[in-house]
Amino acid sequence: MIIHQLSIFLENKSGRLTEVLEALGEENIRITALSVADTTEFGILRLLVSDPDKAREILKKQNFTVNLTEVISVMAPNEAKYYAKILKILSDLDISVEYTYAFSVGDKSIIILRCSNSENAIKALKSHEMELLKASDLYKI
Amino acid sequence: MDRDGIRHVQSERLRETVERVYFNVPYYRNKMQEAGIGPESIRSIDDIAKLPYTTKQDLRDNYPFGLFAVPMSEIVRVHASSGTTGKPTVVGYTRNDISTWSEVMARTLTSAGANRNDFIQVAYGYGLFTGGLGLHYGGEKIGASVIPISGGNTVRQIQLMHDFGSTVLACTPSYALFLAEAIQESGINRNDLKLRVGVFGAEPWTENMRREIEDKLRIKAIDIYGLSEVIGPGVASECQVQEGLHINEDHFYPEIIDPDTLRVLPEGSTGELVFTTITKEGLPLIRYRTRDLTRLTYKRCTCGRTMVRMEKCLGRSDDMLIIRGVNLFPSQVETVLLEMNEIKPHYLLIVDRVNNLDTLELKVEVDEAFFQDKISQLESLRQKLQNNLENSLGLGIKVTLVEPKIIERSEGKSKRVIDKRKF
Repeated sequence: MIIHQLSIFLENKSGRLTEVLEALGEENIRITALSVADTTEFGILRLLVSDPDKAREILKKQNFTVNLTEVISVMAPNEAKYYAKILKILSDLDISVEYTYAFSVGDKSIIILRCSNSENAIKALKSHEMELLKASDLYKI
Repeated sequence: MDRDGIRHVQSERLRETVERVYFNVPYYRNKMQEAGIGPESIRSIDDIAKLPYTTKQDLRDNYPFGLFAVPMSEIVRVHASSGTTGKPTVVGYTRNDISTWSEVMARTLTSAGANRNDFIQVAYGYGLFTGGLGLHYGGEKIGASVIPISGGNTVRQIQLMHDFGSTVLACTPSYALFLAEAIQESGINRNDLKLRVGVFGAEPWTENMRREIEDKLRIKAIDIYGLSEVIGPGVASECQVQEGLHINEDHFYPEIIDPDTLRVLPEGSTGELVFTTITKEGLPLIRYRTRDLTRLTYKRCTCGRTMVRMEKCLGRSDDMLIIRGVNLFPSQVETVLLEMNEIKPHYLLIVDRVNNLDTLELKVEVDEAFFQDKISQLESLRQKLQNNLENSLGLGIKVTLVEPKIIERSEGKSKRVIDKRKF
């Protein structure tokens, strides 16, 4: 249930993002989701890809600062009330969500969550009958 | 006084100084004994080359008061400036030294054209830095009215300059330019200001900068030179003719040496400036290597004086930088970086000048082992580094986290500093 998301440190310079995408593209890595957390000085690029370990090696060879971050992935119907419910389940148990993002595939939404405690989060969501995706499911998208 | 007369005085004073350090400063006694010489080996100023050199490292090794030649009860003042790593360079003055300092500062101001009728705005920093108090005592000695305003607070500088009618300005040349623009923007009419002359130093500045200051402030801009180890400001200064800076060689004996071979060079050669203090009591220094590059001339100046003159200093034989009048060694930055495990000590210091004020930026690589996907963590790292540096250097600095490989790795010594300033 643990998904490995790529986290890449990016300087606030134009072209850096392009370089990452080109490097991955050359090796046929598919990107499922992309988001950037930015400050004025730098950003953190977050990627869900088809092969995170290989992607990490590729980027390291090109001197990027990369790490794998544990996140979890929930699949739910594409309606806001489900997203809200997920967040409430976690906050009721004091599991803090550091960040979250989501995307939809048809009438389903896939919600990615970075939690302070991934194991507890998985347990809590499962006990409320939420559908958690396995890494292999996600990479196929 | 003619050159022979000067050398006679210097010889006598050198003999006294050598005795003073031999019998009171273990460091110098040991060094002289190792070289097989004693006070009797030094009979005239011509024997000075027999004596060992002194460096900033020696001052640091003897931090804080190890090179003082008198008991601390006779030291009435200490000052300090930046050292190559964490510890500052400490200097000490007896009552007589303060008197000597006031005297050479009085000469500096007098040869700049100042007298008892002047209002001197001392905008050099007051405190451990020798600039503020140096100008202060010199101004009082000549009987001028001293305004001890210190650095910063530009709005107030202009207001008092106007209201008090300052006639002489003392500050760093870059601050003078900064003030010039601020005055233009303030709406105060330059004709309502009584400023006539400025004495500027503590950092290198070119003839171009001088012209700019003289045009914008409509004053005569006089170059002054000094370093706290020798005494502070007052070591040398320009006369009205402005063909080099007269060195107060009856107190500070200069030599020019090759910084690599350490041989003394003939008159007119460019090399590293070395000073021996021949009248100081508290911290007499023998052949102190300033690391400043210049050349000397012994010809009589057009103004009539016979004291040796040095050219404006524009370069150094080490990697020291001067930022807003404050000394900075890149190694000071390294010391702070090495204390923090979260970053690789791969860094680049970028110095620039924006709106006439020096700026300092440090680009440092994030260590992958430390990088976690958390903005707040990276931000707090950046802030922590910035705070540590500012506390250690005494200078405002902007810290930017960068990716690896941005900073060039070269074989041998990496280029660590990019100085974009063009003086």
